[in-house]
Amino acid sequence: MIWVVQVLMALGLFFGVMGNIGVMRFPDIYTRLHASSKCGTTSVFSILLACMLLRGFSPMTGKILVITLFFLITAPVASHIIGRCAWQRGVFPWRRRRDDS
Amino acid sequence: MVLSLDIVIYTLLGISVVSILRIVLGPTPEDKMIGLNLVSAEVLAILVLVAVKTGRPILLDVALVYAVLGFVGILAISKYFFRKGEEE
Repeated sequence: MIWVVQVLMALGLFFGVMGNIGVMRFPDIYTRLHASSKCGTTSVFSILLACMLLRGFSPMTGKILVITLFFLITAPVASHIIGRCAWQRGVFPWRRRRDDS
Repeated sequence: MVLSLDIVIYTLLGISVVSILRIVLGPTPEDKMIGLNLVSAEVLAILVLVAVKTGRPILLDVALVYAVLGFVGILAISKYFFRKGEEE
């Protein structure tokens, strides 16, 4: 059981670091949203799952389960809201420039 | 234990500081909203980890209310900017 917790914590940290590198390095709103939504959701979900496994069968596990379900519903909805807001304000997706020819 | 809870908590703190950097230097409002969403998720994970480490169940209620407030905040900010773009 303890190795499962270790692997889930390491996975959460890895995806968190990768998502932050993507958010800092990507050139556009939509690409940054791609990095933020997927990597952030996977990181937090793995860490909450590891906490549930670490705590065992107790009242804390039920509360963490409720938090996990709420987070899994609202995080993609918030990312979709941000992308829709950017698209309806008229932000055009980033293209690679071709003016060096 | 190779990867203790302290290491995970402090690494998440460093990650959320980097996300706050994106909020500070994001050129458009949507970039700042992306950073806010990311910081909200990471602070949620930090709160749950601290609650599991110290054994206080009250911090889980704080984490749930923080998740709700983060979602409603994103909704309100995007509604504000959408209406502002509609009028112009």
